[in-house]
Amino acid sequence: MSETSHGIGGLTYDRKKRSLPGEVNIFFALILIVAVFEVLGQVLPYMNGQSFLFDTQDRFDTIFNEARLRIIILQVSIIGIIALGVTQVIISGGIDLSSGPLVGATAMIVMSFAQTELVNGNPNPKAVFGEWAFDLPVLIPVVVGLLFGAMIGAINGSLIAYTRIPPFIATLGMFLICRGIAQAWTRGQPVSFPTEGFAALGKGMMPVFWFLGIAVLMHVIMRYTLHGKHTYAIGSNEDAARMSGINVNRHKVRVYMIASMLAAFAAIVLSSKNLTAQSGMGIFYELYAIAMAVIGGVSLTGGRGSIPGTVLGAMVFGVIQSGFTYIKLDAFYQLMAMGAIIIAAVVLDKVRQERAASRS
Amino acid sequence: MADIILETQGLTKHYGGVHALNDANFKLEKGEHVAIMGDNGAGKSTFVRQITGVEQRTSGKVIFDGQEVNFAGPLDAREAGIETVFQTLALADALDVPDNLFLGREKTKWDWLGPFKFLDYKAMRADTLAALEKTGVKIPNIRNTIQNMSGGQRQCVAIARTASFHSKLTIMDEPTAALGVQETSQVENIIRTLKDQGEPLILVSHNMRQVMDLVDRIVVFRRGRIVANLRKEETDGQDIVAYITGAKTGAEFEGAA
Ligand SMILES: Nc1ncnc2c1ncn2[C@@H]1O[C@H](COP(=O)(O)OP(=O)(O)OP(=O)(O)O)[C@@H](O)[C@H]1O
Ligand SMILES: [Mg+2]
Repeated sequence: MSETSHGIGGLTYDRKKRSLPGEVNIFFALILIVAVFEVLGQVLPYMNGQSFLFDTQDRFDTIFNEARLRIIILQVSIIGIIALGVTQVIISGGIDLSSGPLVGATAMIVMSFAQTELVNGNPNPKAVFGEWAFDLPVLIPVVVGLLFGAMIGAINGSLIAYTRIPPFIATLGMFLICRGIAQAWTRGQPVSFPTEGFAALGKGMMPVFWFLGIAVLMHVIMRYTLHGKHTYAIGSNEDAARMSGINVNRHKVRVYMIASMLAAFAAIVLSSKNLTAQSGMGIFYELYAIAMAVIGGVSLTGGRGSIPGTVLGAMVFGVIQSGFTYIKLDAFYQLMAMGAIIIAAVVLDKVRQERAASRS
Repeated sequence: MADIILETQGLTKHYGGVHALNDANFKLEKGEHVAIMGDNGAGKSTFVRQITGVEQRTSGKVIFDGQEVNFAGPLDAREAGIETVFQTLALADALDVPDNLFLGREKTKWDWLGPFKFLDYKAMRADTLAALEKTGVKIPNIRNTIQNMSGGQRQCVAIARTASFHSKLTIMDEPTAALGVQETSQVENIIRTLKDQGEPLILVSHNMRQVMDLVDRIVVFRRGRIVANLRKEETDGQDIVAYITGAKTGAEFEGAA
């Protein structure tokens, strides 16, 4: 019945003129940005006609510069995992600034439960705990990390839901608390030398595998389950959601818990990949994760956005970052340019919404 | 005495110093349609909010379906069987029509997944089409987000939502305030359907013609108090206006206003 070409009441409705989903625009933007860097590579005098995307030196079987593509996706994967969680937070009408420091704190804690007893036959020089904590099965550090994330998320969510303080403030407080925990854990000493089992979690392209796997899972949750629907409903009209009988408070706690557990998981993958944990890990990650979501079309006013959008946003983010390096832009300028791009994405979102509002 | 579906005794709500609702004694019989009228700020919506648990009353009793009730929130009220169209539209802009129709009571499958159970989109779409067809509401494409719909269409969705779930009591707070002629008559048709099905209704409205057309009884609010309780056959528009403006006060309510 839903296949009728005209709607209820005889008003005509042309299926073919349906507007394209927003993700398509982001995909075009991605292609455009790649093209811009490609052109810059040809045009800028100091680039000597290098190619951004293509393999000009015949190092690979394919025509693409696989090394660059691999680095791009590997680079965005770990922050991308955080972005998947923050996407649902933003869709619910909130924000989570605590994820970066949470990565630092979780990495320190997790690595302390993932250490080996002997390093090249010598006692582990970075041991945090005693005998009992050496060579534990990989499941233990992972579970400890996820539980820690769940706890931080539950605190974030409860503060926001039950005390009604703005999410910005609650998670800003948690931002400082988590960075404090990260530094206090070993008084700033790095924690290193994980078991082989733990090191396998973030080896090679594993981060990409986790990122895409979790993206699929989160997409299913956001699009096809009650949790997803209620997240959109709350972000779109919290009062309506409440009046419709949705337990908004409990839902918010769940949203922030999922976000923090994903950030904790990102910390597990990151520390595994780096084979070490440092209290300064995850600096700027919360902002980059938010940026990926926003670039991917997730509206900061809540109610709008999608996981595929955020995945594309992460790719755009990675391409821009890699492109800046490719055209040899200084790191400081990269930061500035990134800031400008985030502002532009938000402005674009505002314009899009105002246009949508004036259409009705 | 006929069966009473809803009764309030001494229902009172103060917002700080504002006495928005004072000592409201109200009865509604099963199958009866009652209109609540009164000037802006008379306390009509406040009355509705106390019954439906959107706010917690200052004092008084609410007896619904023979039992004293203390709804903690609108969900409680809805689960008890009270459907409400609130004056401030309770729709989620970013969602489409079926999503809004089923908001908070989605059809799901694989319920063992708890909060992550799957939505039965197909069933919800089919039911939505049936509900809209039944009520004659015109919406070109139910998969459009509510945001892109006219105020009247949105209101129709909210009302179709209320009317498509069988309830013990329906409350509508100014359902046609923003509607065009056609949409208004659609809403009025929905109300007549409810009457035919014997479902009781409280209709808050400023529209005298509509009230005289649709309901059995009119209760007038003035400055937070009930000042008149009139059977339709025993009154007329001018009479009601006199109560609304305070030119007249019902005999049984003397000394109240
Ligand atoms: N949350 C609140 N805090 C303080 N005062 C309130 C609040 N809600 C309502 N009031 C006041 O209570 C009084 C009654 O308001 P109410 O919304 O019930 O009026 P109404 O009869 O529904 O009017 P209208 O016809 O305009 O909808 C008004 O004076 C209003 O300003
Ligand atoms: Mg009102």
